[in-house]
Amino acid sequence: MLTAESLALIDREVAKYPADQARSAVMSALRIALEERRQTGTVPEERCLTTEVIEFVANYLGIPPVAAYEVATFYNMYDMKPVGKYKITVCTNLPCALRGGVDTANYISRKLGIGLGETTPDGKFTLLEGECMGACGDAPVLLLNNHSMCSFMTPEAIDKKLAELE
Amino acid sequence: MAVFVKGVIFDGVDTTQPDCWRLAAYEARGGYQALRSILQAQMPQEDVIAEVKNSGLRGRGGAGFPTGLKWSFMPRSFPGDKYVVCNTDEGEPGTFKDRDILRYNPHALIEGMIIAGYAMGTRVGYNYIHGEIFAEYELFEAALDEARAAGYLGENILGTGFSFDLFAHHGYGAYICGEETALLESLEGKKGQPRFKPPFPASFGLYGKPTTINNTESFASVPFIIRDGAQKFLEAGKPNNGGTKLFSVSGHVNRPGNYEIPLGTPFSALLEMAGGMKDGSRLKAVIPGGSSAPVLPGEVMMDLTMDYDSISKAGSMLGSGAVIVMNDQVCMVKALERLAYFYHEESCGQCTPCREGTGWLYRVIHRIENGQGRPEDLDLLNSVGNNMAGRTICALADAAVFPVRSFTKHFRDEFEYHIEHRKCLVEHKWC
Ligand SMILES: Cc1cc2nc3c(=O)[nH]c(=O)nc-3n(C[C@H](O)[C@H](O)[C@H](O)COP(=O)(O)O)c2cc1C
Ligand code: SF4
Ligand code: FES
Repeated sequence: MLTAESLALIDREVAKYPADQARSAVMSALRIALEERRQTGTVPEERCLTTEVIEFVANYLGIPPVAAYEVATFYNMYDMKPVGKYKITVCTNLPCALRGGVDTANYISRKLGIGLGETTPDGKFTLLEGECMGACGDAPVLLLNNHSMCSFMTPEAIDKKLAELE
Repeated sequence: MAVFVKGVIFDGVDTTQPDCWRLAAYEARGGYQALRSILQAQMPQEDVIAEVKNSGLRGRGGAGFPTGLKWSFMPRSFPGDKYVVCNTDEGEPGTFKDRDILRYNPHALIEGMIIAGYAMGTRVGYNYIHGEIFAEYELFEAALDEARAAGYLGENILGTGFSFDLFAHHGYGAYICGEETALLESLEGKKGQPRFKPPFPASFGLYGKPTTINNTESFASVPFIIRDGAQKFLEAGKPNNGGTKLFSVSGHVNRPGNYEIPLGTPFSALLEMAGGMKDGSRLKAVIPGGSSAPVLPGEVMMDLTMDYDSISKAGSMLGSGAVIVMNDQVCMVKALERLAYFYHEESCGQCTPCREGTGWLYRVIHRIENGQGRPEDLDLLNSVGNNMAGRTICALADAAVFPVRSFTKHFRDEFEYHIEHRKCLVEHKWC
């Protein structure tokens, strides 16, 4: 279900923990699985975690599927629902809001024509609101596809960023 | 933006240089000398711990617990597995200092953790990194590879017979994992739900083994303490408040960023370093230690110095050193609503007072903000808070109550006006 490259990455994670504690690697393993789906999926439904993928990861690590499922649903960066090619999470917590975080979210929402929590009909963008990302000095900030932090997201910076995304 | 004025951790670090995080740059700044000197002299473990104790270093993660004392709780001679764990799950709104340590000086943290491992007789450590700063997680792994290749990590370090290895683990979006026992659960691959204490991690920690958890900045201060001496560290701050501290300044200032300054520096001086108030606006309020710390009126802050004792005497906490500055265009009801939402969203749900109470707090503040407040709402907030604080497994419930109590205490007129007139007393422009 996952490529050999993804499995090799998971093996590397497992090696960080004591031999009888493969369960510790479940967070990275789910992240690696999700990342593969994000890169290979062609529609929103193929870019998120599914019960089958979670079960596969659990079996690979030798832990009960419910243990992996619990983790996938507890931590909110794991996409459990269909998601666009570009997932944009805007921080609107207080320190960011003081420097325009809410305006940033509204600006993107108007530009893409979708509300928070929605995906554009062409499946390209999903817009979400997030909590503090530990980057408040660079406010307003947004996280692109979970792993790329974009700083100082003024309207001009947003225009530029969105134009880059194909 | 990162400005380091006079530092223990950032002394000599040129953050404009893309390679400043690398091993070679760190060694050129005197890095790994502390570790070398300890290993070559086979310094007794209790001497290392005594040095950290004498430095007056207090935990930089929020609670301010003396680091050396914490290390002395570890059963050093216990023969089985033991762990040191670093808390880089920085998610307390307003806090962004540990990210800069990973970005610009990760080897200071690595060296500090190796020394901690030596002092407490552990062979393995983990650094738990906030999921949202994934680029820094990858960079930290690259720094670990450098340290391993240079013989600072792994078996038989520098040929002295001492072995220690260190690994990075990432979170994936849960504020509660910053709480140390939730962090341990998460490191074990479980939901991040805090454990009952006691037993404390020093006797029952990771995988049930003795474990010491410290914040990134705490560990990263250790190489300086060993190399330059406890006394020099202590003198960099003030008595009972040793060292310099990283302050993350956010909100309505002209130059938000991290500032590493001596503990005991006046708040007014810090504000000036951060460029003063944004566009010359008037200071209204400051949250001096991260979103969980009680808010203080601006005029109170202007008389305080930035250290544990001064801020706590004024009724707040130095916490993580996150200084959230608000000008007079901020509606305090709106600001509190945003914080209340955060705690409601991030409660792990194990304890009824917290799970239900954070929801109540948010809904009541939300209705006040939206012109539906009732005359009895301020009393209601108070009584909900009383039923939460001190009645739960972890301190998240208290962290949710502190802002509510302090906002409604210091800015009561704004809340009353909102309830009576169904609109803001302050015409805010920020959201
Ligand atoms: C809800 C909650 C969130 C916390 N978040 C963090 C955090 O992000 N980083 C941190 O170092 N400590 C955090 N702490 C404090 C830790 O539990 C722990 O006290 C700290 O990591 C110990 O390190 P220190 O003694 O070096 O400060 C949090 C505590 C609570 C109750
Ligand atoms: S106080 Fe809240 S966050 Fe802490 S354990 Fe209880 S429910 Fe979870
Ligand atoms: S509040 Fe937005 S990153 Fe911290």
